[in-house]
Amino acid sequence: MIRLEKRAQPSQFWTFATPFLAVVLTMIVGGIMFAALGSDPFEAIRTIFWDPLFSEQFAAYSRPQLLVKAGPLILIAIGLSMGFKAGIWNIGAEGQYIIGAICGAGMGLAFYPIESVLIFPLMILAGALGGWAWAIIPAVLKTRFGTNEILVSLMLVYVAEALLASVASGLLKNPDGMGFPGSRNLAQIPSTANLEIIQGTGMHYGVLTAFIAVVFAYVLLSRHMLGFQIRLTGEAPRAARFAGVNPTRIVFLCLGLAGTLAGMAGMYEVSGPAGQITIDFNSGYGFTAIIVAFLGRLHPIGILFAGLLMALTYIGGELASLMLGIPSAAIQLFQGMLLFFLLATDVFISFRIRLTSGEAA
Amino acid sequence: MKRRILLASAAVALALTGTAFADGHAKTKVGFVYVGPVGDGGWTYEHNKGRLAVEEHFGDKVETVFQESVPEGADSERVMTQMALAGADLIFTTSFGYMDPTINVAAKFPDVKFEHATGYKQADNVSVYSARFYEGRAVQGHIAGKMTKTNKVGYIASFPIPEVIRGINSAFIHAKKVNPDVEFSIVWAYTWFDPAKEADAAQALIEQGADVILQHTDSTAPQAAAEAAGNVVTFGQASDMAEFGPFPRVSSIIDDWAPYYIARTQAVMDGTWESTSTWDGIGAGMVAIGEISDAVPADVKAEALAMIDALADGSYHAFTGPINKQDGSAWLAEGETADDGTLAGMSFYVEGITGEIPN
Repeated sequence: MIRLEKRAQPSQFWTFATPFLAVVLTMIVGGIMFAALGSDPFEAIRTIFWDPLFSEQFAAYSRPQLLVKAGPLILIAIGLSMGFKAGIWNIGAEGQYIIGAICGAGMGLAFYPIESVLIFPLMILAGALGGWAWAIIPAVLKTRFGTNEILVSLMLVYVAEALLASVASGLLKNPDGMGFPGSRNLAQIPSTANLEIIQGTGMHYGVLTAFIAVVFAYVLLSRHMLGFQIRLTGEAPRAARFAGVNPTRIVFLCLGLAGTLAGMAGMYEVSGPAGQITIDFNSGYGFTAIIVAFLGRLHPIGILFAGLLMALTYIGGELASLMLGIPSAAIQLFQGMLLFFLLATDVFISFRIRLTSGEAA
Repeated sequence: MKRRILLASAAVALALTGTAFADGHAKTKVGFVYVGPVGDGGWTYEHNKGRLAVEEHFGDKVETVFQESVPEGADSERVMTQMALAGADLIFTTSFGYMDPTINVAAKFPDVKFEHATGYKQADNVSVYSARFYEGRAVQGHIAGKMTKTNKVGYIASFPIPEVIRGINSAFIHAKKVNPDVEFSIVWAYTWFDPAKEADAAQALIEQGADVILQHTDSTAPQAAAEAAGNVVTFGQASDMAEFGPFPRVSSIIDDWAPYYIARTQAVMDGTWESTSTWDGIGAGMVAIGEISDAVPADVKAEALAMIDALADGSYHAFTGPINKQDGSAWLAEGETADDGTLAGMSFYVEGITGEIPN
């Protein structure tokens, strides 16, 4: 009979090994699924994991796209991970992302048609402030009235979506758009365009910011007093209080930081890859980032790799669907499997499996 | 543009494919980008039927590829690029939100032809096409006005864009014509395809007393909600949705893209493809009215059929004056018909519709 036995210490080996085990298990089970759907499983797996990186036909395009897709995921996930470490559950990054995009785009469009190098930095500031303000609402309500930040931040996503629809068909609507909703294309206006820093690499300012955020978060968590306080608040709230940590301050800090980063991600997205504010501009980055944060084990370096892996499954999944005609639902299932197996194999970190005889139980 | 350079190397790969094609490679590759799943039973389902018709018509001479449920925005740009890189000669992008991405990708692949549905931006290698769905809405409005007993018609609208507003206006004008007491309740779902949201909207409208529901969203969820309610009339949207007939579904607007897709594919094969703007209606067969079921009284059915014929041969225009705008100002004088420019950018309600277009 199989028994789980708690380890005295979480296993170092399995902490590193489970992501790889999860990927292997996903390939096996996913392969069986693809075979059942009538596709060659080896070709499908190769198309998803190998072709975006190394195929002659696609890699030149999809490698940079990997960064474009991973950038916002990493940026948002870094902000969220701080809160999650402290036990503050901000589920509303999607809303903060939307508000950041609206504020950033609004700032840029307010100057139209003036061209200046100062406009883009102002847009970044507006995006960051917008996201921050949206995240501070649940922080104020939590610390003042004891409301649950999970619910408030999540509900604010729907408010943000309604606001987005409103500005896309009203305030920010392109006056030259023949009455159709959607703003001017920011990526086509030199002053507001979030361009690639090095041509052909996919490395736009948002991706750069994401990398900086990774380094910043790593230093903060491992070398700084504040990082210690965040971790302590999450792991032992009472101890944190005795140690003189002000919980209100941590709530404001974690939510504010997450909002700021999500807002910036939205701003970089709307001024670059997406180009314009449209009614359904948001495509779920804020929610996917929650998965990325946990897939990366709330560790900055882990999040970096998790973001890239998620991006790979998206782009590879699209390729598989295009080249092999695999339904998009099967691709989503495949992505879901990856997360499922990762969480499932996590059990090996804290537990070891013992085979015992029946009587022993 | 930034991504043009990014793609320099990719363009080389494409140039190779292009050469092969000039040498006479046997198959023309046609790509389709869909906003919903191919099984949505509505908008995307009909586009996919058009794709299958292309395959059937040309047999071995074409290869088609498609990508379903592609979000509008940055993701769609990547999907189109990958399609072009995969060697597509002609790409149909079948949702309004793909407009700017289509233009961007087309600029990077001058040798690939693009066709964007329901937009207004053209380029040397980008055509636009759409159907005059408002003609079908006129027929629906007529039947709706006759069928309603509570004089309340519910309308599930998707996004406040001209195409949707045109449909509301056309349906309202023709419902009002046969039933002066009719009122429209309009719910904005802000989605093209979301069965749960659409079912909620239908439920809310039914609870408000609507006994006819028109929808400009793509799923069959409102049909199911009406069926459950028992006494509510619906119309199939984009697809026939005949499985809900003869009641609640009493008729439908069917988009028939097959003839257009076949003609455009042929043009690419012949090398005669040019950038065009197509806006066809019932007459050209791009819009069809699904069978009017026996739940509709015979005289109403006869009137509806007469209207279909008149719309088809051009003797009747769905927007014929006198029509005032919602604020009471004059729009069309007696006997005057709307011009395509105004219709294309329509952003106002006609007189008698209550509520405001959200913005």
